[in-house]
Amino acid sequence: MGSSGSGKSTLLNILGILDNYDSGSYELGGKLIKDMSEKRAAQYRNQTLGFIFQSFNLISFKNAMENVALPLYYQGVPRKKRNKIALEYLDRLGLLNWADHMPNEMSGGQKQRVAIARALISQPKVILADEPTGALDTQTSYEVMDILKKINKQDITIIIVTHEHDIAAMTDKIIKLRDGVIGDMIINGELASFKKSYTKDKAIL
Amino acid sequence: MFDLDKWQEILGTIKKNKLRTLLTGFSVAWGIFMLMVLLGAGNGLSNGVSSNFEGNARNAIWIWSRETSMPYQGYKVGRAIQFTMDDYDAIKKMENIDKISARYWIGDRIYSFGNEYGTYNTQSCHPDYLGIENLIISQGRFLNDIDLEHERKVMVIGEDIRKALFKDTDPIGQFIKVGSVPFKIIGVYTEKDPREGTRQGLIPISTAQRLFNAGNRIHNLALTTTDISKSESEKIEKNIKNDIARRHKFDPEDERAIGLYNSLKDYVQTMNIFSAINMFVWLIGIGTLIAGIVGVSNIMLIVVKERTKEIGIRKALGATPGSIIGLILLESILITAAAGYIGMFLGISLMEGINFAMEAQTQTQVGASGDQGEIRMFMNPTVDLRIAISAMLLLVAAGAFAGYMPAKRAASIRPIEALHDE
Repeated sequence: MGSSGSGKSTLLNILGILDNYDSGSYELGGKLIKDMSEKRAAQYRNQTLGFIFQSFNLISFKNAMENVALPLYYQGVPRKKRNKIALEYLDRLGLLNWADHMPNEMSGGQKQRVAIARALISQPKVILADEPTGALDTQTSYEVMDILKKINKQDITIIIVTHEHDIAAMTDKIIKLRDGVIGDMIINGELASFKKSYTKDKAIL
Repeated sequence: MFDLDKWQEILGTIKKNKLRTLLTGFSVAWGIFMLMVLLGAGNGLSNGVSSNFEGNARNAIWIWSRETSMPYQGYKVGRAIQFTMDDYDAIKKMENIDKISARYWIGDRIYSFGNEYGTYNTQSCHPDYLGIENLIISQGRFLNDIDLEHERKVMVIGEDIRKALFKDTDPIGQFIKVGSVPFKIIGVYTEKDPREGTRQGLIPISTAQRLFNAGNRIHNLALTTTDISKSESEKIEKNIKNDIARRHKFDPEDERAIGLYNSLKDYVQTMNIFSAINMFVWLIGIGTLIAGIVGVSNIMLIVVKERTKEIGIRKALGATPGSIIGLILLESILITAAAGYIGMFLGISLMEGINFAMEAQTQTQVGASGDQGEIRMFMNPTVDLRIAISAMLLLVAAGAFAGYMPAKRAASIRPIEALHDE
């Protein structure tokens, strides 16, 4: 969490190997990530990372199945095989009937679920979610969070950037950024008290 | 399989953006269309004019005698020069002379065969004359050395004479009367170019000299040179002039003592003009093409801007910079190549169509008026396949060039920024 300009995007860029860093170190799956060539970075992103975005970022001229299959295209998986796998993942998220639909024919929640399927298809170790519920109403947000929680149980780390305290409260660990530095860190047990402070915030507002 | 996927990916994008692709392609198609039309027109002009050289060998030299215009070694101005067989023999021995024929004109005489008669011109020559004038023997044979040696009274007649006097009779072996002298017909000639006319009877020069009391006098000389350059041809020209000047005792600087026409010089000059025109045409054509290519490049830049988000997504999902460059570059090449092909096809079709129409017209013209048409300035305005193929390669290169800048820009897109672009 953090206010705008606090460095959330920069941190996400670094975690997503989309940007280099000047000091410190970043290890992903036990491997130091530093000064990678763009090509290596792309391969790493493709195989170990999944992305979920606020604005879904599906490719508008591809249908749901093709969107989900895209990461496998960059892994060099043949078309038929990757489309089959894509259908399996859509099925898991309850969207099998929507496989042929274009993104603009789907609701926000459906789009985000397609995006989640796309993030999952490459079986990443980490999913980076940039305000995944930012464009969704409360009920859909909670549904999406439920899905993410389930995925989390399958040993996939999920890093969520959010402004919303109720979303933050559903996570295991909260890192607050302030002016580019990590401020508070709230872990599991302390979440109860965080929830209390969250209600306090609300009271002030 | 992977490559096929890549093409499907690109085709998919193109299909989804039809109008954009169409507009992009149009500028290139237009550019190449103009190039083809211009090249075709240039070729037409050059073919038309060079066809005027077809009637004679391209490396022929004609020499005829005139009067001196400069006093020399005590001789007065205005002395007539008379060529003889000695000149023929001397020039024949010179280097780089391929074919040579002396000529002696008998002038117009009445030709008659049976009840048919007409006035035609008789000319005597050597057997080499066939190759110098590019005559075609349609029946029988041409004069040969034995005819000359035995001073045979034989004649090769032009197609026009055959048509007029012999009608359906086979002329070979028949006797034709020139004035009161009978000649045996041994052959019929035609010209490649119908405008040259075929209204002459050709007889051996030795026969003519004896029959018409010419002694060893000749009127002029025609020769061809072996395959040589323009400068060498000019050297031969000078050697011949000097040689004749020495034998006939006139000043070698005297420009008016003899006349000399060197067709190679003319031909080379004309061809130089056409290679200049050709260069000019390429210049304009390539200019038009470059405008088209800049258009493609421009549109591809907009495409990249428009697709920033999509490219950002692709990069986040693991697309390497190489695959992004490939995507944009191949799309650009595909559009330019396909559009260029269409433009080229239309351009070539148009020129072939014009060619077809023109040929049909020429056919009817020749049929109606027989021969002696006007000088042709435009003929066969087509582009040959080699140029078309090199233009095609040029297009692919152009497509790559047009796509390169935009592709580079696409590859440098930073995903997170692109995706925040709301």
